[in-house]
Amino acid sequence: MGYTIVKKEELIPGQTSMVVIDAPQIAKKAKPGNFVMIRTSEKGERVPLTIADCDKDAGTITIVFLVVGKSTAEMNALNEGDEFMDVCGPLGKPTHIEKSGTVICVGGGTGIAAMHHIAKGHVEAGNRVIAIVGARSKDLLLFCTELSSFCPELRIATDDGSEGHKGFVTEVLLDILETEDDVAEVVAIGPVPMMEAVSNVTRPFEVKTTVSLNSIMVDGIGMCGACRCTVGGETLFACVDGPEFDGHKVDFAELKARLWQFKEQEEESMERFSKECRCDV
Amino acid sequence: MSDKKKKVVRPRTPMPHQDAMKRGTNFSEVALGYSREQALVEAERCLQCKKPLCQDGCPVNIDIKGFIAALVDEDLKGAYDVIRKTNSLPAVCGRVCPQETQCEGKCILGKKHEPVAIGRLERYVADTYAAESACEEVTDLSTCALERDDLKVACIGAGPASLTVAGYLAGRGIKVDVFEALHEPGGVLVYGIPEFRLPKSIVARELGGLEELGVSFHTNWVGGKTITIQDMLEQGYNAIFIGVGAGLPRFLKIPGENLVGVFSANEYLTRVNLGRAYEFPNYDTPAYNARRVAVIGAGNVAMDAARTALRMGADEVSIVYRRSEDEMPARREEIEHAVEEGVRIRCLCGPLSFHGDDKGCLKAMTVQKMELGEPDESGRCSPVCLDGETEQIPCDMAIIAVGTRPNPILLEATPELGLNKWGYIEADPETGETSMPNVFAGGDIVTGAATVISAMGAGRRAAKEIADRLL
Repeated sequence: MGYTIVKKEELIPGQTSMVVIDAPQIAKKAKPGNFVMIRTSEKGERVPLTIADCDKDAGTITIVFLVVGKSTAEMNALNEGDEFMDVCGPLGKPTHIEKSGTVICVGGGTGIAAMHHIAKGHVEAGNRVIAIVGARSKDLLLFCTELSSFCPELRIATDDGSEGHKGFVTEVLLDILETEDDVAEVVAIGPVPMMEAVSNVTRPFEVKTTVSLNSIMVDGIGMCGACRCTVGGETLFACVDGPEFDGHKVDFAELKARLWQFKEQEEESMERFSKECRCDV
Repeated sequence: MSDKKKKVVRPRTPMPHQDAMKRGTNFSEVALGYSREQALVEAERCLQCKKPLCQDGCPVNIDIKGFIAALVDEDLKGAYDVIRKTNSLPAVCGRVCPQETQCEGKCILGKKHEPVAIGRLERYVADTYAAESACEEVTDLSTCALERDDLKVACIGAGPASLTVAGYLAGRGIKVDVFEALHEPGGVLVYGIPEFRLPKSIVARELGGLEELGVSFHTNWVGGKTITIQDMLEQGYNAIFIGVGAGLPRFLKIPGENLVGVFSANEYLTRVNLGRAYEFPNYDTPAYNARRVAVIGAGNVAMDAARTALRMGADEVSIVYRRSEDEMPARREEIEHAVEEGVRIRCLCGPLSFHGDDKGCLKAMTVQKMELGEPDESGRCSPVCLDGETEQIPCDMAIIAVGTRPNPILLEATPELGLNKWGYIEADPETGETSMPNVFAGGDIVTGAATVISAMGAGRRAAKEIADRLL
């Protein structure tokens, strides 16, 4: 029994796609912050991806992924009506959401999609949400329409200034932190350097900062320990203790090193795949 | 027959093996199995004791004397039927059980001579009489009528404990649904035990046998996440069996443990076995490339990891263990196989720290030299530090195989479940019932990491109790 793709949209052609997957049991249980493990085909590897949205009535979950290697390229080769072989979840601890006042949600790149699910949760809990999204340029921004539909305060930063502030999300964040007295929490999801930079910006303000770690996983259910990370000097597993942790306590240098573990093999796989399918990725 | 008592006891029939030098480079099965002649010669060594102690030594209580008698009569089907009465996975057990401490450990012949090779005979029977129709073997019917479609039982986890529960209950006409978190059923049989010790085709055959009995497998269902025990009770399951295994890997809590190149045995074995990393890049899951590998720990899992690393192309693989070879928890046969294949054993070495290069990749580990002291509570001699004596071992991969702790997913989702002081599920030793009525548990999630057959024993006790209550 496969998991059918009921909708697919290439958000950034050849680079970032959104798929809506028929997975009623997972949709029923999914909460913001959860992730799933997806395996595309018989010989595929298990890939962890954050649930960007879910529709309990329709029985679907939404996944946004960046094409970075063979497995995600293979995912991207599927179209509406095709099936993923395995979708397992919802996994990980859901985001801790309570009514706490003003929450700043920062999203970068593909992380904007996951951030949007969490921002939605905070709005539903009655918090004032300021969303900051960032990308290299205007064309690479995601989910801005969805975000502005429920979040009136949306700030944009692009590296080239093609939309919003010219520069990094951290500069926008710093601005807000300097003017707003009462920020209860900052949530950051995106590339590791961005989450690290956000944590560094918020540290002097002593604002609670939550980051979602995208470490390498094999099973996603606590069995293998591949996703372990050092948080506050303690070894924790992103899959069962996280994926969200206190950004001020995460050892980002270690996380970055661990994310490169299989670089060589990933490149080998990708090269083979590109030759085989002669696709443009 | 009359001169049986005077007959000279023949030596135990040796098991044919794949050549040690050759097998270190492939994933094909190491032990090749008996031929018909070898099996018959070995079966005839059995004394057919009036009080067969071997049977008491078997956690699932196989009528060993009975199956060997049938084998001597060349009644393979009869032998298979006898085994299958109590064991749902004979081809697996014949390969991975620690027979030397169980059935064979109790064999009377073993007192003066070598015990009957019960495990090898079990394997022979199971392999030769491969379950063409598992249903027929158990019930004499070609299709299995689920006689009691009003009754259904859920098993969480598709490892040896649950498979035993499923086999037993399905054989008695009860509908069983097995929920597995991974994408393949089998538990440790598929993610943990390597192909060269237990081929996946053998596991698939036994699973197929259970499906023929009417057992349904639901993969990608995580107990406590995709479905909770409360959901199952609401869905009308009459009983639930929890067999989710031991869970999280333990680490050593020493400096450098999160360096790139340091793995848990679970990760390493899961990548290679479940992810078929030995066929990378034909399969997508990669394994880490390493030349010098240190495996920490000396249980069966450590031996599996070391022998796997060798086959994955490492130049040098060492088992690093803080006690001496006599204390090693692995089966003797596994240690011997590892050494024959070229694994080096470094005893009396306790890991102190790992060291990396400027990219955060492992390059060496420092170990503390030890000596043996007084026996500790485990009954084994305790390791004592030799002050100031350390050694640096160059390695670019370390695999930590020092056990597991309970996986929190199902337990956190089910606060009603009573746990023992180590955090494992508390279950009645006779019935397997937990603090929740009609919710049973068995295997590693109750005992901590143990053997396939002890998990099966727990499954069998729980299954009997469930059947007694429902039928």
